[in-house]
Amino acid sequence: MSALDIAAAVRSGERSAADVVDEYLARIDARDGELNAFNLVLAEEARAAAAAVDATVAAGDDPGPLAGVPVALKDNMCTRGVATTCSSKILEGWQPPYDATVVERLAAAGAVAVGKTNLDEFAMGSSTENSAFGPTRNPLDVDRVPGGSSGGSAAAVAAGLAAISLGSDTGGSIRQPAAFCGVVGMKPTYGAVSRYGLIAFGSSLDQIGPFSTSVADSAAVLEVIGGHDPLDSTSIDAPTFDLQAVLDRGVEGLRIGILRELSGGPDSVEGITSDVQDRAAAAAAALEAAGASVQEVSVPSATLGLSAYYLVAPAEASSNLSRFDGVRFGLRIDAPTTGEMMTATRTAGFGTEVKRRIMLGTYALSAGYYDAFYGKALKVRTLMLAEFATAYEQVDLLLTPTAPTTAFPLGERTADPMTMYVNDVCTIPSNLTGHPGISVPFGVGDDGMPVGVQLLGPALSEPTIYQAAAVLEEVAP
Amino acid sequence: MTGLHEPTLPAEWELVVGLEVHVELATQTKLFCGCANEFSTEPNTNVCPTCLGLPGSLPVMNETVVDFAMRLGRALGCSIHPSVMARKNYFYPDMAKDFQTTQYDQPTNRDGELALADGTVVGIERAHIEEDAGKTTHVGGGGRINDATYSLVDYNRAGVPLVEIVSHPDIRTVEHAKAYVSELRDILLAIAVSDAKMEEGSMRVDANVSVRPVGSSELRTRCELKNINSIRSLGRAIEYEACRHVDLYESDEAPRQETRHWDEDGGRSTAGRSKEDADDYRYFQEPDLVPLTPTPEQVAAIDGAMPVLPAARRARLGELSAVADDVVATVVERCQDALALGAIEAGADADKVLTRIQNDLAVDDWSAVTGQTLATLVQMESGGELSATQAKQVLADMAAGNHGGDPKSIAEARGFEAMESDALETLIDQLINDNPDEWFRFTSDDEGDRKKMQGFFTGQIMKATKGQADGRAVAELLSRKSAG
Amino acid sequence: MSERITRDEVIHVARLARLELTDAEIDEFTGQLGDILEHAADVEALDVGDIEPTSHPLPMSNVLRADVRRLSLERNEFLAQAPAAEAGQFRVPPILGEEP
Ligand SMILES: [Mg+2]
Ligand SMILES: [Zn+2]
Repeated sequence: MSALDIAAAVRSGERSAADVVDEYLARIDARDGELNAFNLVLAEEARAAAAAVDATVAAGDDPGPLAGVPVALKDNMCTRGVATTCSSKILEGWQPPYDATVVERLAAAGAVAVGKTNLDEFAMGSSTENSAFGPTRNPLDVDRVPGGSSGGSAAAVAAGLAAISLGSDTGGSIRQPAAFCGVVGMKPTYGAVSRYGLIAFGSSLDQIGPFSTSVADSAAVLEVIGGHDPLDSTSIDAPTFDLQAVLDRGVEGLRIGILRELSGGPDSVEGITSDVQDRAAAAAAALEAAGASVQEVSVPSATLGLSAYYLVAPAEASSNLSRFDGVRFGLRIDAPTTGEMMTATRTAGFGTEVKRRIMLGTYALSAGYYDAFYGKALKVRTLMLAEFATAYEQVDLLLTPTAPTTAFPLGERTADPMTMYVNDVCTIPSNLTGHPGISVPFGVGDDGMPVGVQLLGPALSEPTIYQAAAVLEEVAP
Repeated sequence: MTGLHEPTLPAEWELVVGLEVHVELATQTKLFCGCANEFSTEPNTNVCPTCLGLPGSLPVMNETVVDFAMRLGRALGCSIHPSVMARKNYFYPDMAKDFQTTQYDQPTNRDGELALADGTVVGIERAHIEEDAGKTTHVGGGGRINDATYSLVDYNRAGVPLVEIVSHPDIRTVEHAKAYVSELRDILLAIAVSDAKMEEGSMRVDANVSVRPVGSSELRTRCELKNINSIRSLGRAIEYEACRHVDLYESDEAPRQETRHWDEDGGRSTAGRSKEDADDYRYFQEPDLVPLTPTPEQVAAIDGAMPVLPAARRARLGELSAVADDVVATVVERCQDALALGAIEAGADADKVLTRIQNDLAVDDWSAVTGQTLATLVQMESGGELSATQAKQVLADMAAGNHGGDPKSIAEARGFEAMESDALETLIDQLINDNPDEWFRFTSDDEGDRKKMQGFFTGQIMKATKGQADGRAVAELLSRKSAG
Repeated sequence: MSERITRDEVIHVARLARLELTDAEIDEFTGQLGDILEHAADVEALDVGDIEPTSHPLPMSNVLRADVRRLSLERNEFLAQAPAAEAGQFRVPPILGEEP
């Protein structure tokens, strides 16, 4: 049952929110022991919230567009009085004294939070194996990863443990796990969804977005969580999107570009497997058959995205993660002096991948290296923005595979950071440019695991993206 | 190295000082959040996720901070520039995020100057916006940082908006350093962006001190002096530090570039514990904030609303009166010059107005006094209707707003009736008659006798009139009578 | 071992970041960070002389809030989450070293 179907049933009184929540909680009970999608299940809170929704319906008041829809929240979004861990020992047990803006907006829309989902520690990873609380497993094959870093949120929706979920995407952390788990994952335009209450990884890259089983659900959730927030200086002060209205418009006359550098073949980044390339080509052909024009478009700097990202994101992260010092919240390892306490706390509290990125970012910002690394990476961003702008003069949207491969086996890539990082090669450019991107399931690979294709557009092109995504969903095998 | 006496810089050495002044802006709320920007005795009560640096929190710039900062910049003759905030990364428990959000390579205000009263001009390199840190209290070990048993952190002050004003190393004397700070304080008060109290920490001065042989233009190693809590202390600290450098150079040593702590009680500076790592703050642009791009119109509006600054105000009063410079300076510093001008315009004698204000209006609230009522008071005093003592008492009542602040009503209510000049003369004649010996001694050539007897007669008159006689009128009458 | 970053630099960076690394971790990070920086050589080698840096993907400026008070947090709520608190304040071990 889709989120919109649930909301319609609850709003009409056909079904109670309490009943819906019980059904999902029962499924979590049955399945999450194996998947480990959740860090925390909010059974009691969810039942109370569902009862409140039912009371609103009974009173004849509007319970909101997502009334009674069970939602799972990535555990890097602050929930007042409810543990928020970032899947890190350093935050274990911390209960924020405030709610993230998206959490408030979902609650106001009648959605019912059923739990906090697992992630790569501080959202640093592409497989949800870097969690202090153990890896999440892919519901379609539990020996494979669900992708990451929002692996818990992707797996929860794919396994039907939540109707929708929220993730955060810094370099592909919504789109890649959506592709791996066979669900829809959307990274909106930077600034379209408030980051207030999202525990920062790379502040100029992070963006919250929804996972769902359908494009229409995705659009409905983005309408609820999007829009200006005065608590986030980088929030775009523009009217909220009207997305559900565009879903049946078709792609007649839309110009779709195949992004040459991210689609395999010559001039492309390496590592995109042939089955994934084939699915993306088939998706383009299907859009063309549905009335879009398709052409190949070149964005040469897209190949530099990975390198630039692995300088910018760790640099920002190294600073964002300084506050985890044992003074005000979270873990503290006692020591004779405050300086030693801070070092002991951070050394014990952070996992290896987080330390690696803090080290990399600290180095990239440090005196003597700034210009060569961080400063240059910022110039690459300028270059990419200019080249994408040119591309979007030729086409309305770009199409690429979401990830170079399908979901890989657990443990396969944990030994070498670089093999893990290349997972994000197709998704990273739109984080550096702040542009929106959606991953829609499109068939399966040779291993039978889902393949996702990605639609990219310029800033605030969400309506066009959803318009094309709805068609892609319809024509998908 | 130095004895008990305050050291003085030997004549062959020249002082080179640059000052960094941190000023807390008097806004309603903090720089990046809506917490109250006010002193609170109860710790950690003016805090929120943002100023506590909690995970997930974000900053939003306070528009009044930007306005105040630009106002200050323009008052210092700075040019206003597009700016960005940066992160200065370092770990310290009172810095909630373990980085300070500050302006770094693109500050709002650049290249200004500050003219001292004697005409000396000190260049201003920049005046940038940044946030304050919280406060740590050291418990045990006498409250000193290095032997405390533990420390407590209060974040009420964390995120309070500051402007840091950085001068060029243009200051050559201790007096100029003090004059710079005092002038800056007067400007801050005039443009109403800070209460600028050094003693309470809303204005904090760090001094970069070095010395060089007179005639040289080199810049030698400087030390940064912190913990200077008053203008007097600033003078002592600079003088001490300069002498310390000279002593080192003269014994073939050299100072190290370091931050030093001024110990006011001990009258000396002490080295801070040297840092394990060289300064590497890893500055980068704050990604959670967007650039500030003031328009020429905004700058013009600030210029248009700029009040007349202290230097010009002092000059104005100086032209109108003959009182000493420090009387004028005090009146301007207390922002009572508009009141003085009002009274002068209303016809009162300028010198008398300024003297009266300087002597008798050192109160926090004098808003009930107007130029007109002050003029009336001064005129009543000049006309002999009030004695000096009475005028002082009436002014106090005026400031308190008694009887609508009207000096005539106050004088009447207090029973200060005008002593008619005739009545006074009659009284004096009577006294001369009753005390011929004393009068003889008053008219003698012996200066001492004359003074003593003047006191005697004045005292008798005051006694007889219950203090209502005007001292000056009495003196005039006595002198007229003795002369003739 | 990579030439892009030395063992000593790794130790220095760890100190800046308030992390303590074991000898094995220092070796591992020296190699891995070197590999990542090697991969970043394409960025490093780029001739981007007159290109302006972009810190922020969106061209926004002058986002300001009115100077109006908002409610502060209830002290008990966040102090209850503190590792150590006393007298309404956060308690920390002695602070050595000079204030920055
Ligand atoms: Mg500063
Ligand atoms: Zn606050």
